[in-house]
Amino acid sequence: MTGTAYEPVIGLEIHVQLGTRTKMFCSCALGFGEPPNTRTCPVCLGLPGTLPVTNAQAIRYGIAMGLAFGCEIAPRSIFHRKNYFYPDLAKGYQISQYDIPLCSGGTLGDVRLHRIHLEEDAAKLVHESASGRIHGSDSSVVDYNRGGTPLAEIVTEPDITSAAQAREWLTLLRETLRQLGVSDVDMSQGSLRCDANVSIRPAGETELGTKTELKNMNSFAHLEAGVNAEIARQTKLVEAGERVTQETLHFDPRTGALTPLRSKEEAHDYRYFPEPDLVAVAPTPELIEEIRASLPELPAARAARYEADYALTGQDARDLAWRPERARFFEAAVAAAGDGTEPRQLAIWLAQAPEEGALTPEALAALVQLVASKQVSGSGAKAVLAKLVAEGGDPAAIVEREGLGAISGDDGALAAAVAKVIAENDDIVARVRGGNEKAIGALMGPVMRETKGRADGGEVQRLIREQLGL
Amino acid sequence: MSGVLDLTAAQALERIRTSDLDASELWSAYRERALADDLHCFTWVSDADAPPVDGVPVAVKDLFCTEGVVSQAGSRILEGYKPPYTATAVKNMERAGIPMLAKTHQDEFAMGSSNENCAFGPVLNPWDRTRVPGGSSGGSAAAVAAGLVPWSIGTDTGGSIRQPAALCGIVGLKPTYGAVSRYGMIAFASSLDQAGPFTRDVTDAALLLGAMAGRDPADSTSLGLPEPVAIPSATDLRGLRFGVPEELSGEGIEPGVLDAFQATLDQIRELGGTVETCRLPHAPHGLAAYYLIAPAECSSNLARFDGVRYGMRNGGGGSLLEMYTETRAGGFGDEVKRRIMLGTYALSSGYYDAYYGRAQKVRTKIAEDFDAAFSTFDFVVTPTAPGVAFELGAKTADPLAMYLNDYCTVPMSLAGIPAISIPNGLSDGLPVGFQIAGPAFSENKILDAAFALEQAIGFDGSAARS
Repeated sequence: MTGTAYEPVIGLEIHVQLGTRTKMFCSCALGFGEPPNTRTCPVCLGLPGTLPVTNAQAIRYGIAMGLAFGCEIAPRSIFHRKNYFYPDLAKGYQISQYDIPLCSGGTLGDVRLHRIHLEEDAAKLVHESASGRIHGSDSSVVDYNRGGTPLAEIVTEPDITSAAQAREWLTLLRETLRQLGVSDVDMSQGSLRCDANVSIRPAGETELGTKTELKNMNSFAHLEAGVNAEIARQTKLVEAGERVTQETLHFDPRTGALTPLRSKEEAHDYRYFPEPDLVAVAPTPELIEEIRASLPELPAARAARYEADYALTGQDARDLAWRPERARFFEAAVAAAGDGTEPRQLAIWLAQAPEEGALTPEALAALVQLVASKQVSGSGAKAVLAKLVAEGGDPAAIVEREGLGAISGDDGALAAAVAKVIAENDDIVARVRGGNEKAIGALMGPVMRETKGRADGGEVQRLIREQLGL
Repeated sequence: MSGVLDLTAAQALERIRTSDLDASELWSAYRERALADDLHCFTWVSDADAPPVDGVPVAVKDLFCTEGVVSQAGSRILEGYKPPYTATAVKNMERAGIPMLAKTHQDEFAMGSSNENCAFGPVLNPWDRTRVPGGSSGGSAAAVAAGLVPWSIGTDTGGSIRQPAALCGIVGLKPTYGAVSRYGMIAFASSLDQAGPFTRDVTDAALLLGAMAGRDPADSTSLGLPEPVAIPSATDLRGLRFGVPEELSGEGIEPGVLDAFQATLDQIRELGGTVETCRLPHAPHGLAAYYLIAPAECSSNLARFDGVRYGMRNGGGGSLLEMYTETRAGGFGDEVKRRIMLGTYALSSGYYDAYYGRAQKVRTKIAEDFDAAFSTFDFVVTPTAPGVAFELGAKTADPLAMYLNDYCTVPMSLAGIPAISIPNGLSDGLPVGFQIAGPAFSENKILDAAFALEQAIGFDGSAARS
């Protein structure tokens, strides 16, 4: 043990299946779960003589992502062929982007992006073995339905320093992509796939350590667990004076084990060269501006605006911003409530209703105003909210009907209730009179019970003090 | 009936139009002729008694995919392969009323200049059956020269239309890259491949080009032609300037070919054109650049022939690697393997810049040379091939000697510009070709000049048709 502290350095590579209507280079409809090899055509089967044609919608989605993240959009990006033999690759090469990607740079949250490029997905291999992995399988079959699905590969800079941050950031990315409408970002169905590059270095060091690549973590929990396991493995190695080898690892979420993926027979030389069957992608400034104008407000920006303009807590702002329907509801309530109501209170009360149900923004605004004007107590308001979610309606009418209106200080009934409790609790009254002010609390409970929760807490305390002459 | 077979396509078309000739009669006459072929031109001849559309029938090079009809690109690896779709160029012809009668042999994957690289060949030259028809579109050229079909189509990557046209004494046109869709052409070198017509005369070449060409949404690199193809009619060459690149018209050209070339230059002058020497300084590097770029692209294009989805499969019982290896070892011929290896090497990490990258720079330089030449000249003219048809087997042991056949045609391919070969005489009883190249999309001008020259030359190809 050296006692040195190590810090992890993590970069992510995310493959996102774009939610276009058709495949990247042919007119086959995208699908999931259809019978094998029913979403294919001569082009995506790589039949002799066929040619790819770039999907314009995929380019638009790529540009939308680039603009959302503040990337530089290449005025002229090109596709390359990445050559290798594998049965999931119909043409013997994948059409991808290489030295001139569609988008470069940019940031999302506190992580810088390196690039975003477009490519086509490979077909799906199904291996006939117990593990479902290729090694040890007797035979494999190919389903070309997935082959040619448009993919965006998003590569971050190594700006992430913990597994928890990686998970958090990936959640933000997923929400952002979902709200951009470019993908259904369903990790369990493989439309969002994440690889992580992990290395460690002595804290404060600027040089990067040797990295390993963790493949295809198919849930947020697996990503976090996998990265943590790899950080632990590397730390143990380094502390034992050993070196980390650069390799690709498979994380087994059941056992927590990290096993090297056996390197495919030989080191790959992909022999990239410009795809001669396609012309360059050269979006016009008009197209870029049109896409920019159509971008929705994205989660990170919306959360920041809620914190700045509405004084929401970070947590409340995020909870709303990451659920666009919810955010729209909230903003409608802010508008309905008008200037006199704190948006922050609307957010707090909305948070009390995990699902809106029959609640309307107007009703929420009205309820919060009843609370603010002390016409209903906190606990009374909770009961009203539950009714609003379940049945809808007007909060004031529910208060009236259910007899939930606050008993105010001017109301003799509340003063009477306080007097009754004082009369019945000599012990407590004696303690309060003896200087123990905290004991007032012990009198409040019985008053609230007496008034069935309709009394305002501050008012009750004021009356107790008044009647005890404090 | 022999009278019908002597007609050019344009003449036959006119007679069909005026009801002097029945399209079915023409079809049957040619079908009979094609079935009796003893030059080994065809992979397939239609068994239909009547043409699918009324018009002048055409033969199509093997590598065009045709639905339900064998499309093997001359390769064992695609033996018996019947595609589920038809190439755009073939569809365009059918839409224009040109029915497909037969398909023709070619060098495997269009790699070759003699047709001897055909897995099912070779085709014989109708002028002398001991000689090659040229390649790679040898079957298409020989079939037209021998009068087995009125016209045919082929593809040209580095000279595969122009060189066999020259060696067979017919007209062959390589259009501007992008004029004709490549969709459905089994690819050799994607940035160079271009389809074009083989015909008995220049008028037919214009007609067939017009039928084939057009922008195709299925081919991103296709543009079509900026204006309709006009029927050529020029009777002189007044005011036209012909540049003779000194790099492509001297060294390495057979004397008999040079004699015919000089005679044609004289005829250009007689028709009122001017002839001057021009420079294409980088053209001599064309072959070297071509033999890096074309193999590089082919090494990738041919990767799909792995035995997994279609075509031949060997070693299916062993491991995946065994299946790949045995399929490709058994399915590809020597020349194809040679080019796959060349191309794989040229693209390899650490060699890319020195080979593929540098070859692309040379390609740019050659295109710039042509741009410069066309600022002074309307056309650049050369002998099409450095020699006449050679004997079968003469060059099979020496790939470099074979590659030199494309010396005069490769520069135009690299520049993507159109060029036509017309027959301009005989040397030792064998046809010689004259090449006219022009700027991109100058097909109409080229055809007009070729037409005027054709009338002056008065080449008689009937000997090959008897």
